Amino acid sequence: MVQSDVMSGKFGIEAALFRTLDEFIATENHSPDSLIEVLHRAQEIFGYLRNDVLAHVASRLHLPLARVYGVATFYHLFHLKPKGKYEIHVCTGTACYVRGADRVIRSLVKELGVNLDETTSDGLFTLCNARCIGSCGLAPAMMIDKDVHGRVDPKKVRRILRNYR
Amino acid sequence: MPEFKRLHCFLCMGQACVSSGAREVRARLAEELAEHGLSDEVVIVETGCAGPCVHGPLLSVWPDEVLYHQVAADDVPKLVVEHFIKGRPYTPCLITEPGGDIIATQRDFAFLQRQHKIVLENCGVIDPERIEEYIARDGYLALGNALTAMTPDQVIDEVKLSGLRGRGGAGFPTGLKWGLLRQSPGPQKYVICNADEGDPGAFMDRSVLEGDPHRVLEAMAIKGYATGADTGYIYCRAEYPLAIRRIEIAVRQAREYGCLGEGLFETDFSFDIELRVGAGAFVCGEETALMQSIEGKRGQPMPRPPFPTQRGLWGCPTSINNVETYANIPWILRHGGAAYAALGTERSKGTKVFALAGNVKNTGLVEVPMGTSLREVVFGIGGGVVDDRPFKAAQTGGPSGGCIPAAHLDAPLDYESLTALGAIVGSGGLIVLDDTSCMVDVARYYMEFCVDESCGKCIPCRAGTRQVYEILTTICEGNATMADLDRLEKLCLLMRDMSLCGLGQTAPNPVLSTLRHFREEYEAHILEQRCPSAVCRKLLTFSINPAKCTGCGVCARNCPVETIHKEDGERRYEVHQDECIKCGMCFDVCNFGAVVKE
Repeated sequence: MVQSDVMSGKFGIEAALFRTLDEFIATENHSPDSLIEVLHRAQEIFGYLRNDVLAHVASRLHLPLARVYGVATFYHLFHLKPKGKYEIHVCTGTACYVRGADRVIRSLVKELGVNLDETTSDGLFTLCNARCIGSCGLAPAMMIDKDVHGRVDPKKVRRILRNYR
Repeated sequence: MPEFKRLHCFLCMGQACVSSGAREVRARLAEELAEHGLSDEVVIVETGCAGPCVHGPLLSVWPDEVLYHQVAADDVPKLVVEHFIKGRPYTPCLITEPGGDIIATQRDFAFLQRQHKIVLENCGVIDPERIEEYIARDGYLALGNALTAMTPDQVIDEVKLSGLRGRGGAGFPTGLKWGLLRQSPGPQKYVICNADEGDPGAFMDRSVLEGDPHRVLEAMAIKGYATGADTGYIYCRAEYPLAIRRIEIAVRQAREYGCLGEGLFETDFSFDIELRVGAGAFVCGEETALMQSIEGKRGQPMPRPPFPTQRGLWGCPTSINNVETYANIPWILRHGGAAYAALGTERSKGTKVFALAGNVKNTGLVEVPMGTSLREVVFGIGGGVVDDRPFKAAQTGGPSGGCIPAAHLDAPLDYESLTALGAIVGSGGLIVLDDTSCMVDVARYYMEFCVDESCGKCIPCRAGTRQVYEILTTICEGNATMADLDRLEKLCLLMRDMSLCGLGQTAPNPVLSTLRHFREEYEAHILEQRCPSAVCRKLLTFSINPAKCTGCGVCARNCPVETIHKEDGERRYEVHQDECIKCGMCFDVCNFGAVVKE
C-alpha cells in the first residue's frame, strides 16, 4: 500500500514508532487473526488510531483497509481521535447508576467544561463513560487511566482532579 | 532449623481493596515489620478478592483468623505493635455489627460464615501469582487424576452426574455440552473460556481470574482431555487489566510446572492455552460473536445452527463455557459429582456466586447453594438495605434479566424460580434497589445500554431497542399515553421472538418484568405525570425549604440558568419555577439538605 510505504520512509521518532509496531506484528507472525491485538498495541504506541496507522496495519497483516477500519470502529476501546493525557471513565454500570453516577458525570462536566467524549482544551483530560468497570462494591466509581476511584461524589471529584493537574 | 513463620497476613489485593488503599497498607506494613525486626516471622500474602468489598482494605491475620477492615496506612504502626508484638487484636479496625457487637475473627463474620464456597474456595486464601499455593490447596490434583486414572467418558459422566449448568446465563447442562463436543468429529477441536463479563453489575468472573486463575486453567485442560481438544482460548475483556496479568502469569507458571504444554503428567495428552483480549463490546459475550472476535473480526453473532460444537472457531468443533462454570470443575472431580449434586435444588445443583451491589450494606461477592432465598442473600448476608430504607426490588441478570419485587423476597434463587418470576439467574449480578429507584427509569437505563451495545446486524434488535428506548423516554418525561404502554409491550414481545442472538432476545426482559411487577409506576408517570420515586427529572419540582436554608447561596451560584434568587433584605433563597430546567444541580450542591425535590 502506497501510503504505508511513505510512512516507513519517515525519519526520527515517527519511524521508531512504526518500527516498534512492526516488531510486535512480527511476534504475531503477521497473522490476520491478531488484528485486535495489533490495534491495541498500535493505540498504545500512537495514542490513537490514525488513518495512516490503520493503513499500515492493513498492509502488514495483508488485510483490506475496510476490514481493519470496520474492526477499529466496532469496538468501544479503539479511538480514531486523539485523547487527552488522562482518560476519565465514569462507570455507569447498574450499581453506580443507582448510587448516583449521573451526579458524578454532571460535576465532572461542570468542573472540566467539556461534555462526554470530549477532551479539555489543555489536552489534559478526556471524559468518557464506561459500561461497568466491575467495582460495583465501591459504587459510584470512576477510573482515571488504570486507577479506580471508589465512592466518588462531587466534592471528591474536585479533590481527585487536583492530583492530576 | 527449618524456616518458621509465626503469623501470615492475608492482604486482599482485589481491585476494590486496591482502590481503597491496599497498596499503601502493604508498603507501610512491610516497613513496620522491618522496623520491628519481624520480617522473618510475619509473612505478607497478597490474595485475590476475599468478598466483602465494602470493608476494604481487608487484612486477615492467621492462624487466629483475626479480620481487620478498612485498614488505613496510618493504622498499620499501631496494629503491628498491638497485634504482632503484644499479641492482642487492634480493636479500632475490627468490624462492628449494627447491634454494637465487635467481630474479632473471620469465623464470627456472618457475611462470610453464611456462604458456601466452592468456586471461591481459594479466593482470599492464596497468593494467585504463585502456583505452589494453588497446588498446596489440591490444585491440579483433579487434572492429574483425570489424565492418569479416568477415561474421557468417565470425566464427562462425573460432570453430568454433578448436574452443573452453565453459569454464564443460559443454564445449559455442562456435561451435555462436553459430550456434544466429544462426539463431534474432527482432528482439531477447541475449548474456550468466556471471560468477557459484560453485564453491568457482575464481577464474579473477574474475582475468580484475579484471585484463583489456575483453577480455570486446570478446568480447561480437564475439558480438553474429556472432549479431545488440544488448544484452549481465554477471551478476557480488556477492562480487566489485573485479571489479564494474572492469567498471563498463571499460564507461564503452569507451563513451567508441566500442567500445560506437551505430555501432561507423563501421558501423551498435550494441551495449551492462549489468551485473547477483547476491545469493549458487550455482544462479544455471545458465543458466536466471541468466536468472531477471537478470529480478529467484528464481534457480530451468527445464526445457529450450525452450533459451535458442529462448526465453531475457524470452522472446527468448539465448546465455550463461562469462567464460573470452569471454576466448579476441579472441585467436582475431587469430591465427586454426587457431592456437588447434593447441594442446591432438584434442577439447579451446586452453588452460585452472586455479585451483591447497589443499595445494600455489605456489597461484595456471595456464594450460596442454589435455592437460597433472596431474603437470606440480601438481609442475612448482605446486612439489609443501606440506611435501613425499604427494600423495593432486586435486579438480577443485568440487561437480560428482570426485577424481583419485595413480595417475592422468599423466592429461592435458582434457574426455574427466577424464570417463573420473569427474572433470570443470568451471570449473577444482583443489584438491590430501594425506594429511591424508579422502575421505569431502571428499565430505560438498561434499554439505553442495549441501544449502545446492539451490534446492528439484525433489525428487531437494532431498531427495536431504539424504539423501546424512545417510548420509555416519553413515559419518563410524562408525555406518553396508555396506548404507548400497549405498543411498548407488543414491541418487546416482537424483539424477544425475532432477534438473532441472545442480546436482542433478552433485551426486553427488564421492561417486561418491571411492567409485570410495577405496572402502577408506569401508570403514575402516564396518567398523573408523577414519578413516585422522585427520580424522573422532567416530572419533578425543585424548591427550597426555608426552615433549612442558611442563605449560603451555593445553589444560586451553581444554577446554570440563574433562576435561584433572593429578595432584597431576605436571607433565604427561592427557585423561580418558570425558568427552572430541573437539572438538579441545586439539590446536589446544597450542604444542608434544604433543596426539596418532589
